[in-house]
Amino acid sequence: MKAALFIPCYVDAVFPEVGVATLELLERFGVEVDYPLNQTCCGQPMANSGCHADAAAAEALFVKNFAGYDYIVGPSGSCVHHVREQLTAIPQTPETTKVRRSTYELVEFLHDVLEVDAFPWAEFPHTVGLHNGCASLRALRTAKMSEIDEPHFSKPLDLLTKVKGIKFVTPERPDECCGFGGTFSVFEEPVSAKMGYDKVNDHHKAGAEYIVSADMSCIMHQQGCAERLGLPIKFIHIAQILNGARA
Amino acid sequence: MKRIDHAEASSRFIKAKDHIDFHDKRLWDLRKKRDRVSEQLPEWEELRSLASAIKEHALTHLGDYLEEFERNAIRNGAKVHWAKDAAEHNQIVFDIMSARNARTLVKAKSMLTDECDMRPFLENRGIDVMETDLGERIQQLDDEPPSHIVVPAVHKLRTDVARVFAQTIGTDPKNSDVHYLAESQRQHTRPYFLKADAGMTGANFAVAETGTVVVCTNEGNADLSVNLPKLYIASIGIEKIIPRVEDVGVFVRMLSRSALGSPITQLTSHFRAPREGTEMHIVLVDNGRSERLGMADFWYSLKCIRCGACMNTCPVYRRSGGLSYGATYSGPIGVIIDPTFNLRKYSSLPFASTLNGSCTSVCPVRINIHEQIYKWRQIIAERHQLPFVKQEAMRVAGKILGSPKLYRAAVETAGASLEHLPRFMMYTRLNAWGRQREVPAAPQSTFRQWYLKNRSKR
Amino acid sequence: MSSRDDILARVRKNQPPPQPLPTIPTFDIATGSALETFKAALLRMGGKVADAPADGDLDALIRKLFPDAKVVCSATPEIAGNRSLDQVREPSELSDVDVGVVRAVFGVAETGSLWLTEKEFKVNALGFLAQHLVVLLDPAQIVGNLHHAYRERARFDARYGVFMTGPSATADIEGVLIHGAQGIRSLTVILLAPRKRSTRSRAPSG
Repeated sequence: MKAALFIPCYVDAVFPEVGVATLELLERFGVEVDYPLNQTCCGQPMANSGCHADAAAAEALFVKNFAGYDYIVGPSGSCVHHVREQLTAIPQTPETTKVRRSTYELVEFLHDVLEVDAFPWAEFPHTVGLHNGCASLRALRTAKMSEIDEPHFSKPLDLLTKVKGIKFVTPERPDECCGFGGTFSVFEEPVSAKMGYDKVNDHHKAGAEYIVSADMSCIMHQQGCAERLGLPIKFIHIAQILNGARA
Repeated sequence: MKRIDHAEASSRFIKAKDHIDFHDKRLWDLRKKRDRVSEQLPEWEELRSLASAIKEHALTHLGDYLEEFERNAIRNGAKVHWAKDAAEHNQIVFDIMSARNARTLVKAKSMLTDECDMRPFLENRGIDVMETDLGERIQQLDDEPPSHIVVPAVHKLRTDVARVFAQTIGTDPKNSDVHYLAESQRQHTRPYFLKADAGMTGANFAVAETGTVVVCTNEGNADLSVNLPKLYIASIGIEKIIPRVEDVGVFVRMLSRSALGSPITQLTSHFRAPREGTEMHIVLVDNGRSERLGMADFWYSLKCIRCGACMNTCPVYRRSGGLSYGATYSGPIGVIIDPTFNLRKYSSLPFASTLNGSCTSVCPVRINIHEQIYKWRQIIAERHQLPFVKQEAMRVAGKILGSPKLYRAAVETAGASLEHLPRFMMYTRLNAWGRQREVPAAPQSTFRQWYLKNRSKR
Repeated sequence: MSSRDDILARVRKNQPPPQPLPTIPTFDIATGSALETFKAALLRMGGKVADAPADGDLDALIRKLFPDAKVVCSATPEIAGNRSLDQVREPSELSDVDVGVVRAVFGVAETGSLWLTEKEFKVNALGFLAQHLVVLLDPAQIVGNLHHAYRERARFDARYGVFMTGPSATADIEGVLIHGAQGIRSLTVILLAPRKRSTRSRAPSG
């Protein structure tokens, strides 16, 4: 099985280790991974600010880079949501439609496409709080949300519970937004920081050593908050745990 | 007209630690109560779909239902007036009252009358208006608008209410016992009910089939306002029309569960016709609603039943308070309807959101709130109502991220440090990020550089 | 062009494509008895339930439940009270009523609600000026839920009708629950079928 690796711009530039873990993880399952070298960004930062026209160039470039693949996999719920549901600043050609339909978030891909049932190399003997980013949770529906009374399900948890030694704690408000929100994080900084502080304090109070998420943007924000607060809480992307990181 | 600066207002709200902590917890508690009662009804999601469908049917046939409502109301002995806008609404209410020498008005909570800014209009013309809902009364006495559509004074602590009441209705400033304060307002307000010339309510629902005005309250103030004076005026937004009596059951089951987590309000009042020897007037108000009906992306906001569930769940609303939105309607629903009243003034509001989608998931009538927030951002950008800094940052970001070469130049420059690069990724001066957060450490190389070094030879 | 014509024209011009009106199910669930469900719901909403007295003396029961009440005003024949409604010209005259007594038309098990109209109140303001309200309810007149209640259109023909569910309440100040906001401070339901009215002359019972 062949897949193209989509590395969000901020992962490329700020958290390359998450990209590395994603690549290695896919390869462990025998996926032949291509990495289109001219990719940049999915267009979400501009689109989420309403700047539709400004997103067009990035979106067109995305389609150009990923055209022809049956599977495009990226370690970011919000970026994948944007590609699948909001990549509309460009003409909706059959090529564009195919690219949009073929883009998967990493947890989705592992759970629904590869149907992974074991991570024998993985061990993470720590107490962990799981953070489901809002795009992953409510848009991509990777887990039950507290607003809807439906049977419990959680794709990230299904994967993580297969990791040896991992223990989970749950904060009081498991799926309240952490406050990153893209440009919100700087244009509405007071509320954004307060939300981040509340989120990391909540996990810390529950006893989490680590906060793990499938969304590095949420982590970047929470980590910034925790470090400023001096909280002894560490952060890691789900790809890194599943790929065998011990800490 | 000055643009509302939500972020600046929110920073002041956040500084008052006791207030914001209480505000956040109190509203989150209402959200949790909603969760509990909705879990008790296996048909909850189906009811949401029914409520949404009834509203969409009513709104897509609104002309006919408005006429049916009017016919039945007139047949019941009520008089029906039509107001194109806020000014006309206020004039109609004044004219009804002054023609009958009515000088005192007791009113129940009505967001529409706040929207129309009715009270100062009437007061400037010699009419005494008393808000009788406890929360609205507190706000009236404090000369502040309501901050939440269901619990108008939720941003105040008991000590604030004690201060307001002491200054206005003569309570003991040192006594902030809630029972004492509530009883004081009851005793102070009661004589006004007994001698008021006119009473006013809004409407939660207006039933076309019978011409009935349905009002859902807890305090009893609506029923006192209508059943004592000889003149009753109901101010109703045209979007409140629902087709049949049978439909009321669906909405009554949803409203209080969504708002407060209780199965029904203490009082669900049905005003169909005036008492013998009294008058009932209904003012149907447009004020931009018919315009909004024609907006393909935004007409769904007219389904709103004013439950406030979106406010209770919104993490931004809970931490900034309704007053920071500078509009009658705040929180998620406010953010999608206020731009229709004044795009420029409210242009920052659709950005007071993380697009997390919780509001959409709790809305009893399935308004796609966060999707409309997203669409409003596009309109605001298209109409050049974004702050210049952001507009420029997005233009530059779009250019850089649209070109592999420019992008690589921006992120791979030797000696780059995150404080300076990639600045465009932080979307503005990094100062804002770093005020209360640490900046992530700069990596040794980008993923692409790692890949070229470690993999591309394979 | 009048505002009415103006508004209707704009509404009709802007109405989106028609959507159908759904049929509403009754969502019946076999739970416990309607009466037990009703009582539990009423209590949860802050209402009270009192047993009908074995000796049938409701006036005495009222005196027992409200020992400090001076003015008892009844709109229903089972209780005499000491203030007549027949002479009331202005509803504000009832402002000194301590206990009002009415009979509800029916109850709703789902919510613990009672339906009352101007017929049951005689003077509507009785239900809101009285400090306390006692409501007689025939236990055979309890419908399962609000869908059942709202299906009977004829019930809603009154000029004024209200579902009362417990006493008046507010939590506007710091979320602290207060019973007795602007309206009644307490609502007590007495489960009692109405006395059958005999068309023949009175015969001794038994």
